[in-house]
Amino acid sequence: MPETIPVDSVGLVTPITLHIKSPLLLDCGRSLPSYDLIYETYGKLNSDASNAVLINHALSGDHHAAGYHSMEDKKPGWWDSAIGPDKAIDTNHLFVVCMNNLGGCKGSTGPTSINPETGKIYGPDFPIVTVSDWVNSQVVLADQLNIQQWAAVVGGSLGAMQAMQWAISLPDRLKHALIIASASKLSAQNIAFNEVARTAIKSDPNFHDGHYSEHNTLPRQGLGLARMLGHITYLSDEAMGAKFGRELRNETLNYGYGVEFQIESYLRYQSISFVERFDANTYLLMTKALDYFDPAKEFNNDLAATVASIKAKSLVISFTSDWRFSPERSQEIVDALLSAGKEVTYAEIEANQGHDAFLMPIPRYIEIMTNYMNQVIADIKLS
Amino acid sequence: MTLRLDLQIISNWIPDGSRVLDLGCDNGTLLHHLQQRGITGYGLEIDNSKFADCIQSGVNVIQADLDQGLPQFADQSFDYVILSQTLQAVKRPDFLLEEIVRVGKQAIIGFPNFGHWQCRLQLALGGHMPKSKSLPNAWFDTPNIHLCTVQDFNKLCEKDSISVLRRSIVNHAHQDTIGTRLLPNLFGQIALYQIKKLPI
Repeated sequence: MPETIPVDSVGLVTPITLHIKSPLLLDCGRSLPSYDLIYETYGKLNSDASNAVLINHALSGDHHAAGYHSMEDKKPGWWDSAIGPDKAIDTNHLFVVCMNNLGGCKGSTGPTSINPETGKIYGPDFPIVTVSDWVNSQVVLADQLNIQQWAAVVGGSLGAMQAMQWAISLPDRLKHALIIASASKLSAQNIAFNEVARTAIKSDPNFHDGHYSEHNTLPRQGLGLARMLGHITYLSDEAMGAKFGRELRNETLNYGYGVEFQIESYLRYQSISFVERFDANTYLLMTKALDYFDPAKEFNNDLAATVASIKAKSLVISFTSDWRFSPERSQEIVDALLSAGKEVTYAEIEANQGHDAFLMPIPRYIEIMTNYMNQVIADIKLS
Repeated sequence: MTLRLDLQIISNWIPDGSRVLDLGCDNGTLLHHLQQRGITGYGLEIDNSKFADCIQSGVNVIQADLDQGLPQFADQSFDYVILSQTLQAVKRPDFLLEEIVRVGKQAIIGFPNFGHWQCRLQLALGGHMPKSKSLPNAWFDTPNIHLCTVQDFNKLCEKDSISVLRRSIVNHAHQDTIGTRLLPNLFGQIALYQIKKLPI
């Protein structure tokens, strides 16, 4: 809980919900007749709406990227280290927008919302949405905010896939794309991890084929297990070793199957706290959106041809110890952009935190992002 | 901002509007300067401390290890590939040179001439590894692991069917003197070559 708001914080923020009455046609063929989009903004939109930056959240993220909702908040938004006055994404100059993705569980329409056609909770009947669908819904938001062109579209992991899709599908609507700790498609191993997570959720007896809310229960075990697995893959062996090692909770071994090592205790805590704040159907949906993302599929698997439409300049960043979205995956994106003659900068950051590094205030990472965003700001002033 | 003299020479050799690849682009000074003349392209740099400066100056920079070659670039995809004061620091200069002339229609290579009389004198009479303004490190901590002379470089070009289109061999003040003109391998401290691969 902040006793006072730090000077480099965006301060207290209030989410805004936009109700859209016109239908959104989805990749799966179905459409949402009407839907809500919840978002937050930080900083001020300038008179020609040229200083807007779109932030895309990752799998379990939401629209609360920076600042505090109240003085009682224990923690600020998920990317507070990068967004704020005089921070890498400087709200003194930029108008920052972050939206909860459709299918989410934090305020945008998703499985926990009421289906207007039935008057009941969507639950598992909520259509599977894709990265393209999210981009299309963000176009609706941009239009509502009168933002014709983003100064930058930024994301890490799944969020970076959205930034890529923006650049590919709507080349005139962004000047810069920041693609952090991502891939142009998931590897088989990555899909496999997602499938284990989904299996954990679906095999929980309280899952009820996704209709758990009608049974007034939650698939706590399954979702918690999915989170544990995810969490392990987002960290590196080195980071986990440094943080927990083989440290025991008590001094001696119990010769039992209870929690003994600190890492076990940590994972259990992570899973319990996650279950309280996240919806299982949303988790299933988000992992599917990840699995399906493959923009080159429509271009004969030729990534260079896929990115040929891009007009934005790109900054691609990877982290050395990230084995879920390894530097090689980022290099594939960079190689395609180079081969297509696009403007691109690529940095591989030395970091031992694994995939989660993209959320951390690693000095070199922040320096590179700050310097790049200074160019984004310079471009706004030029135009 | 005034450009270092060798970079000034390189810059003068590149026509406006060219597409360039600057290998070991340092803090992006040359590329930034070239951009003002409508020259576009990328820099490659592996040194973390220089990388952020490149971004600050608005240069497209790719973090890459030159020892891996240039597999991400297609044949003849740049008008000029520039390698300034870096050839001697790579593991296989011959391999990199091949890659350079594959990727670039032309290339500009700058390197310190190890055949300069002061180097020769230090080794012949002093009996120790030479040090100079362009080669200030001790033998045990130098990044310059493959030093060569003007003569050595000429031979490598000949062996690889690379033709020398232009060259400038100068002293540290980047002036050419009677000495650097008559006996470049003895009096030249810095060598700049503009080269291209001969059609096979």
